[in-house]
Amino acid sequence: MQLPATLRARLSEGPGAAEPLPVVRVPAAGAAPFRFVARRVRFPREHEFFEDGDVQRHLYLRDVLTQVAEAPERPRVPEFPCQVAGCCQVFDSLESYEHHYHALHRSVCSICKRAFPSGQLLDRHLLEWHDTFFQVLAEKQNMYQCLVEGCEEKFRTSQARKEHMVRRHLYPADFRFDKPKKSRGVPATICFGQGASRGFKSTKKRGKHH
Amino acid sequence: MWRRHQGRFRPVGCGIEELRRNRREREAALRKARREQQLVSRRLLRDNALEEASGVVEILGEAEILQFLRLAHRGTEEKEREKALVSLHRGLQHPETQQTFIRLEGSMRTLVGLLTSNQALLQLAAARCLHELSHSEHPAVAEACLPATSYLLTYLSGHSSDFIELCLYTLGNLIVGSEAVRKQLLPQGIVPALAACIQSPHVSVLEALGYALSQLLQAKEAPEKIIPSILDTPLPQHMLRLLQPGPKLSPGVAVEFSWCLHYIICSQVNNALLITLGALSTLGLLLLDLAGVVQRTEDTGLELLACPVLRCLSNLLTETAVEAVEGQIQLGDERVVAALFILLQFFLQKQPSLLPEGLWLLNNLTANSPSFCTSLLSLDLTEPLLQLLPVSNVVSVLVLTVLCNIAEKGPAYCQRLWPGPLLPSLLNTLAFSDTEVVDQSLELLQLLFLYQPEAAQAFLHQSGLQALEKHKEEVQLQDRVHALRETVLHG
Ligand SMILES: [Zn+2]
Ligand SMILES: [Zn+2]
Ligand SMILES: [Zn+2]
Repeated sequence: MQLPATLRARLSEGPGAAEPLPVVRVPAAGAAPFRFVARRVRFPREHEFFEDGDVQRHLYLRDVLTQVAEAPERPRVPEFPCQVAGCCQVFDSLESYEHHYHALHRSVCSICKRAFPSGQLLDRHLLEWHDTFFQVLAEKQNMYQCLVEGCEEKFRTSQARKEHMVRRHLYPADFRFDKPKKSRGVPATICFGQGASRGFKSTKKRGKHH
Repeated sequence: MWRRHQGRFRPVGCGIEELRRNRREREAALRKARREQQLVSRRLLRDNALEEASGVVEILGEAEILQFLRLAHRGTEEKEREKALVSLHRGLQHPETQQTFIRLEGSMRTLVGLLTSNQALLQLAAARCLHELSHSEHPAVAEACLPATSYLLTYLSGHSSDFIELCLYTLGNLIVGSEAVRKQLLPQGIVPALAACIQSPHVSVLEALGYALSQLLQAKEAPEKIIPSILDTPLPQHMLRLLQPGPKLSPGVAVEFSWCLHYIICSQVNNALLITLGALSTLGLLLLDLAGVVQRTEDTGLELLACPVLRCLSNLLTETAVEAVEGQIQLGDERVVAALFILLQFFLQKQPSLLPEGLWLLNNLTANSPSFCTSLLSLDLTEPLLQLLPVSNVVSVLVLTVLCNIAEKGPAYCQRLWPGPLLPSLLNTLAFSDTEVVDQSLELLQLLFLYQPEAAQAFLHQSGLQALEKHKEEVQLQDRVHALRETVLHG
């Protein structure tokens, strides 16, 4: 396929449209037995026209799985300790430090030292546990907002909210909403709900191992 | 540590021919799956160290799995507990271990407990185990992971980018595993969670997010149950922002989101909204950018992005809402035609199976637009277009249809179309035995004879009638063969 040399030049110039040649049609065009009509065509998702492209897409997704190539090595660093006071964790990579920091130090309540998996959950916690104005309001109106992203519903108590989250949002019924232990330095648990923890300790007592 | 391996061949111990055969076999399997509407794929993130360590993955039995879980659960030192989970992770690479794992009572509860523990290393190792399980093809394995999804979603809003990436790929895998998983993820707020996450500055997170979203959009129930809620969020705006050409454009991210857009657009839920958000102009500019890249590099991965971009543009052009913005520069810009031809040339060399998709866009551009038809003529693109005729029957029909689009605009167009190789090319296509190709050739001849009468004379002088004779017995064609013959002989 031989493209005119001017084509590339046209691409690098500014936008523009051709002044269309005059359109003159006669009724005999496309009249029976002929039937051509110029029309735009739409293809739905499952149309076989898309087969080749879809196959390429999925080969690409799977290539990533089966074709192994050397990925760029991340720099190795000498072991180093966590800088947060009271934490004695040691790391051998920046990634594990980053993960540790986000999991345990990034969204921590400065008052009771509980750690939260996100800034939003920490904000809810600060409001619900350490804001006296909230407590006053909560006696009169629904103040416990649903913790699911995008849901604006509010409830009278955190228990009612939990029931809503289990019923409406299909949160696991064993999603733990009890009060986690306080500690100095490193938070003892990660809190998912309002002051709630989904700590590993909870499963320990169940003795599920034979 | 957690870099996804790029899709590159590693030709160690394997000849090119073997790789090719392997690829052909996988292609055939995917084709079959698509025809059965079972085409799903999953992505796997793996640790380099683990990759190197694992020559052959050993199957773990019940006792070993329990042993590792117990150690991870009750071990005294975090490092020791992590090691147990790493061993479990390695074992879970084997499908048989996955099956054994999900059958063990309490195993998933323990794993979720570790995923939500306050020890970061265990959390990460548990997430990797879950990711390995998410890669299973068995719906039962995906469904066994249900207790973890609410936590994976929670982690999307505020963790290290590596961890979020891992959660996103895990969710993306689970999504296609079973409808039960999607029925849980939607109420758990996956759409708003993704909408919040798309503001992440991390390229790896964005690519993983695009992957998860594309998996969600491929669900059978997406047009009714998923796409409307996605269009209700700022996701479409952000997707288009991430497709804007410029130094910030990341090819990996753009590939994922352009496929997302394709799934949305071909479902026709509310394409007017996307057009209002500037989808046509963004995609048009991206097409120009791609044509520029094709000229500079030999990167064969480009078709992965070009394909969904062509589809989005083509399908959007069929929307009535397009008419309202047609006057705007994005659709009047003839550079789109130039770019498209550069891409057609690229496909011809690298991926001929995508030629029909490019020609489909050319059809949708030229069908109702005298301006684009004129551009094609004035940029001297008739001849390159004709050079595509021998590629395949499908390509021939599309090329001839585009030529018909131009010819039906009247005498001025036919006059420009006529000189040069058009007649010899048409005489060649009449020699084809494919009915559809001949069918479309006859339509084009009628328009040419009508608007450019000297074409009929030239046809007669170059033994065109003999070429027509071949088809006079074909039921589908004989009326038109006869009519053309009359025109040529009697004017
Ligand atoms: Zn620390
Ligand atoms: Zn607190
Ligand atoms: Zn809610």
